[in-house]
Amino acid sequence: MLDVGRHPNISLMAYSEIEKVEGHEGNFTVTVRRKKRYVDEAKCTGCGACAEKCPTSVPDAFNTGLGTRKAIYSYFAQGIPSTHTIDPDFCRQLNGKKCGICQKTCQADAIDFDQEDKIVELDVAGIIIAAGYDVFDPSQIPEYRYSELPNVLTALEFERLLSASGPTDGHLDLPSDRAVEAEIKALEKKIGKSKRMLEKFEKKFDESSKQFYEKYNKGDYSDDKDRKKWADKYAEYLAIMEPLEDLKKKAESFTTAKRLAFIQCVGSRDFRFYPFCSGYCCMHSIKEAIIAHEHENETTSRIFGMDIRAIGKGFEEYKIRGGNNSNITYVRGRVGEISQGPNNNPVVTYEDTHERLVKSQEFDMVILATACVPTIGIIELAKILGVELDKYNFIKTSPFSPVDTNVPGIFACGCAGAPMDVPESVAQASSAAERAAEIAIQLRQVQNVQF
Amino acid sequence: MPENRDNDVRIGVFICHCGSNIAGYLEMETLAEYTETLPNVTFVQRNLYTCSEGGINEIKKAIKEQNVTRVVVASCTPRTHGPLFMSSCGEAGLHPYLFEMVNIRDQCSWVHMQLKEDGTTKAKDLIRMGVAKAALLEPQEPIMSDVQLRALVIGGGIAGMTATLALANRGYEVVLVEKQEALGGMLNRLNKLGPVMTDASGFIEGITEKITQHPKITAFTNSQVTEVQGFIGKYKVDIETESKTRNIDIGVIIVATGGRVFVPDGLYGYDGKKVVTQLEMEQLLKKGLDSNIKNVVMIQCAGSRNEERPYCSRICCQTAVKNAMLIKEQIPDARVSILYRDMQMYGVENEEMFRDSKAKGIRYMNYDPEKPPEVKPVAKSVQVSVYHSLLGQELTLPADLVVLSTPVVAQEDAVATSHLLRIPVDENGFFLEGHVKLKPLDFATDGVYLCGSARFPANIREAVAQGLGAASRASIPLSKGSVVVEPIISVLTNEEACRGCGLCVALCPYSALEIQNTEKGRKVHVIDVACKGCGVCAATCYQHALSINSFTDQQLEAQIDAFLEVS
Repeated sequence: MLDVGRHPNISLMAYSEIEKVEGHEGNFTVTVRRKKRYVDEAKCTGCGACAEKCPTSVPDAFNTGLGTRKAIYSYFAQGIPSTHTIDPDFCRQLNGKKCGICQKTCQADAIDFDQEDKIVELDVAGIIIAAGYDVFDPSQIPEYRYSELPNVLTALEFERLLSASGPTDGHLDLPSDRAVEAEIKALEKKIGKSKRMLEKFEKKFDESSKQFYEKYNKGDYSDDKDRKKWADKYAEYLAIMEPLEDLKKKAESFTTAKRLAFIQCVGSRDFRFYPFCSGYCCMHSIKEAIIAHEHENETTSRIFGMDIRAIGKGFEEYKIRGGNNSNITYVRGRVGEISQGPNNNPVVTYEDTHERLVKSQEFDMVILATACVPTIGIIELAKILGVELDKYNFIKTSPFSPVDTNVPGIFACGCAGAPMDVPESVAQASSAAERAAEIAIQLRQVQNVQF
Repeated sequence: MPENRDNDVRIGVFICHCGSNIAGYLEMETLAEYTETLPNVTFVQRNLYTCSEGGINEIKKAIKEQNVTRVVVASCTPRTHGPLFMSSCGEAGLHPYLFEMVNIRDQCSWVHMQLKEDGTTKAKDLIRMGVAKAALLEPQEPIMSDVQLRALVIGGGIAGMTATLALANRGYEVVLVEKQEALGGMLNRLNKLGPVMTDASGFIEGITEKITQHPKITAFTNSQVTEVQGFIGKYKVDIETESKTRNIDIGVIIVATGGRVFVPDGLYGYDGKKVVTQLEMEQLLKKGLDSNIKNVVMIQCAGSRNEERPYCSRICCQTAVKNAMLIKEQIPDARVSILYRDMQMYGVENEEMFRDSKAKGIRYMNYDPEKPPEVKPVAKSVQVSVYHSLLGQELTLPADLVVLSTPVVAQEDAVATSHLLRIPVDENGFFLEGHVKLKPLDFATDGVYLCGSARFPANIREAVAQGLGAASRASIPLSKGSVVVEPIISVLTNEEACRGCGLCVALCPYSALEIQNTEKGRKVHVIDVACKGCGVCAATCYQHALSINSFTDQQLEAQIDAFLEVS
């Protein structure tokens, strides 16, 4: 990323979209919309002072909604470019409220609430599509109850939990517990407010609220308006305090997730959704299970899959090592259902095909290996570029020219073409660069065009 | 090293606030005041952002107006900002390598956010150390070396041919060396190519013709690379052809030597007749199957995923499914069963072919590696008994033909090739790339690249993609025409001390050292364009004969002394 950001031959246009493409191989004109960030790219140093002071917190998409970010933000800490962006949906200033704190904070004078989209035209010889992919939304699978059960996560969400810079600093805190902790925090905030109010009364009448309330309930001060207000406030306080104490007691027994289930082929190899195999999910489940075990070595993991496709260099060995050293067991079978067990623990019902038995097992956390699916904007992009898609909406290529699209001069690499893992994507990226360079060079030879 | 340079050492130190990233957590004023007291420091300035245009101008101004002869910036990480500050020094007329960077953000303000006083003390230590080193810095000149605009591709299979054509189409001369008598590699022995079922022979003919007719390509068949000397841009390669040995100057090398199919001698009654490999099956299918064949059993993982060869060979499942479908095409009423452990039909096309094959009646049976299938001869045919782990039953399958899916293994001469090119192989004998995730087609050594089954078993799509990709990687030094190397490399500073023991040569991960016989005896020689300045050699040399530019013993000792001075 850093290399891309710094390379003298690369102009990086992040937060931008392709609007129109005209011309042909060797001579395309591309119209790019550079979306307004409300931050001047040339001035922003990425210091993050604005985000620190911004009063508005919103769910953080990078952390799959498990954490929060501010309304002015950089996508993630090491993101390139480090230029910050204002989220117009949440920014108070842009929604007509009084704020502008970021503008006052920014010492580089980079905030520009009046910024507009910029339209840029580029003349290019070739185009490479590296639009990537999205992950399958498992809430479409009713029997896995992803939207209902808090401790059923996608692999990507789990990845964020495992990350030292993620929302839980790398601890496998259960989402159900995190929800309780959030509730405690909210109630504590309320209690603090309530306490401050009570203190005013206590000062005024020089009596503790508790003592006063006992007397009040006996019928004393029944005609005193002020004291009635005090009594109401104290009742409110008690109404918050009770559930808060209960929750706090509950939170004392919270532990991190130690019994993990990984479910393969969620949305893939499934005729209801995507019949293909995503190719890399077996390996990321194994990797996540190994890392979870590294974090806490009493962690046990079961990986449920039809075939464990450890097909890359060193992958089978990694799989075996996971089994031997990281408490991973591999279960051959498709999970039929995930249901709610005690203490928000998900229960996995599956057929162990080797034992020919239907079984159920309770886990602390279930992780879904969701399919690699075509990215949401690809249909629109394909239309603009005139490239053909396959029946799933991946970009169509041939085995003999794996990065060429149907349009000469336009190439595709990575998961935009089909699901693939990192080394294969990196190799394909070089392939696409090669094909594009061939076009440019031939053009230079034939037409004596200089680049 | 000149001893009295202190006289003209005038160090300017720029302390960056990084907005509040640093200034929010350290006592900046204290830091600046402290820095002023350090030896040789003649100028100290605090900047809101030293990296901003304003900050850069301040550095340039100090060089010109304050006559600063060394610049130290105490800010973030040299990884992101070092090059910017160095080039700014250069623009102001100060040698870029007379610059030193101290990281007081990542190493102080970020990690000690809650400890303002301790963080500040640590920043003082780091600045003191940086200043001590800066006083001893010396100018370094980047090293340039020309690149011979000619590539060598070793191996004329699909990956090598693709790489060859790609580079030739870019206008570079390519020498292609193939051991066998014809180009095509493994493809010559295949029938049809999945999943599209194109004839392999037609496909090769097309590419071979392009290669033989391309004016930029010299292809040697029945030939072998016997000697490789030199380094990126300047290799001298001996190629033994049918007629004579040629010595050719080469700039970059692509390794596309492929793999070979494991021959399962002694496994499952392999005899090459009734029990054959998938590769032999390709030929049987090409000739047309004997129509009496009614029952075919395929056994997956024959010789792989075991103790001896623990890896999954990636492409055998797709080969089996492809051939099973082709059997059904030739003999529609044949019963084809595939005994497998995991069907490795990864991706979109493979899984689709897998599904189609089930619709065509191919039968799949899961076996347990603890209870592998057994093949027994019975009268004129054979019988396969297998414990069907999903039925929990022992099954007996009649077979007119048993096909073993054996793995792709490394070439027999892979180790010899690895010695020839000084590149590593992994535990399974495949070549080991520079980084398994991020540099799949490079080696740690610059100038040598990798593609196809020489790296790991690859199907056509993957081999073609890798061939193009390796060409792309190899074209970078070719298109630049020269290699420029950061001068932070190893140098033999004390030739007298070197005993030519070769310990450093053995440890160098980049093949950047060699022992030469000189008038003074055996001495190490640093191939400067190959050296990455990692410092392993200098750290190892017990004679202290080697040293790394900008990280000399004196400079590092000065830093350590400075650290110990106050602590």
